[in-house]
Amino acid sequence: MNSDLLERTVLHPRHRQAGGRLVPFAGWAMPVQYEGIGAEHEAVRGGAGVFDVSHMGQIETRGPEAEAFLQRLLSNDLAELEVGGAQYGLLCRDDGGVLDDLFTYALEGGAYLTVTNAANHQKDLAWFEEKADDFEVEVRDCRLEWAMLAVQGPMAREKLGRLAAGELPPRLGSARLAIAGVECLVCGTGYTGEDGCELLVPPSGAGLAWDALLDQGVVPAGLGARDTLRLEVCFHLYGNDLSEDRNPLEAGLSWCCKPETGFIGSEAIAAAEPTEILVPFVFLDKGIPRQGNEIRTEHGVGEVTSGTLSPSLGCGIGMGYVPIADSAPGTEIAVDVRGQVRRAEVRSKPLYRREG
Amino acid sequence: MAEASYPEGLLYHPAHDWARVEGEAATFGITWFAQDAVGEVVFFEPPAPGTAVVKDQPYAEIESVKAVSEVIAPLSGEVVEVNRAVETDPETVNADPYGAGWMVQVRLTDLAEAGELLDAAAYRELVGGA
Repeated sequence: MNSDLLERTVLHPRHRQAGGRLVPFAGWAMPVQYEGIGAEHEAVRGGAGVFDVSHMGQIETRGPEAEAFLQRLLSNDLAELEVGGAQYGLLCRDDGGVLDDLFTYALEGGAYLTVTNAANHQKDLAWFEEKADDFEVEVRDCRLEWAMLAVQGPMAREKLGRLAAGELPPRLGSARLAIAGVECLVCGTGYTGEDGCELLVPPSGAGLAWDALLDQGVVPAGLGARDTLRLEVCFHLYGNDLSEDRNPLEAGLSWCCKPETGFIGSEAIAAAEPTEILVPFVFLDKGIPRQGNEIRTEHGVGEVTSGTLSPSLGCGIGMGYVPIADSAPGTEIAVDVRGQVRRAEVRSKPLYRREG
Repeated sequence: MAEASYPEGLLYHPAHDWARVEGEAATFGITWFAQDAVGEVVFFEPPAPGTAVVKDQPYAEIESVKAVSEVIAPLSGEVVEVNRAVETDPETVNADPYGAGWMVQVRLTDLAEAGELLDAAAYRELVGGA
């Protein structure tokens, strides 16, 4: 891909300045690392790190039937989402295949903001617009109106709190709040298994917020560490662990599917009889599992959907689809890593948990 | 090693590997450019002693957190010794690519092949260095 054609976030010059290594990701030039993935991972597990996640998209939904519309589109129960809240859910096709996994925030005045994965944004938007015809709603693409920073780690709230004009929202909450003088939508969400917040920031103020965070000693962290952090706590990555070919039951996401809401895909999901399920595993042998590696189990074969070397655990870890009969924690499985067969063990989620 | 470095006296393969040739023996490793491109090396499994390696063909893999890269043999021969220290501490490849981060020692089978490799100046030019 010609790097000239990649979109750049407003923080691009700061990434270069911080020694960021920029790589193509979902059509964007994004920092995969600065000092190094290991150090950045450690910073988030032990202190505070900040990720530029401005590549993520946003769709705003408003209008008299906004709640009913999102209730129909999203798998979770929107009626439980109140202003100042955040909710994880799935966007499914009629056959239950997962189009995207996304967070939705309830804003003032009956509006909702839904954050999309960068690679899925246009597809999601088209889906929203198509379905909106049947509802009295206005769906608006606002992906260029927001930059987005994720501030994560055990020290994240303390450091962010020093810059905030008010109290930070609790976990799974959201609030309009000035950070370093920049009006943000601050959300108690993240993708690392650590405490922290995500900031939806107007692009014009993103640099100020970034600089203020770095002045507080928050460490810039790239997509490389973001991936090791999320995989240690078994958060799904769309395109790896989730796809249109998998339904939420197989992906282990039935907890965020509320069939009684009648969301698109709910009937197919209720009727589905999955034979495979996504499980986390750790390597008992040396080596590193990678996406696409074959998993061999007593009752069949499966496939690794995400794999890495866990900086926190010091061994190969991953997630993959296996026959349900072989999915119980403690089950030994084998992973074919380019011809080398490595022993692994199915574990329960998360693979990493903070001590104490 | 933070700064680019391509020592004199080594022979370089365009796939970013180096060979230190001493008579019929040679030591192989990857260049500063290669380790920088790969990032932090977190896994290296050397071939077994006795394995035949063929010039221009992969003889091992190194892995960073994000990716797997093949290590190309700059010359043909038979592996006589492997660097267990790199297996234990893969980041040695980043810290000292031409010293403690060597990968294998090989008994060469075709001494004439060395003439096809690059010297430090030519390799530096290849990777766009000064």
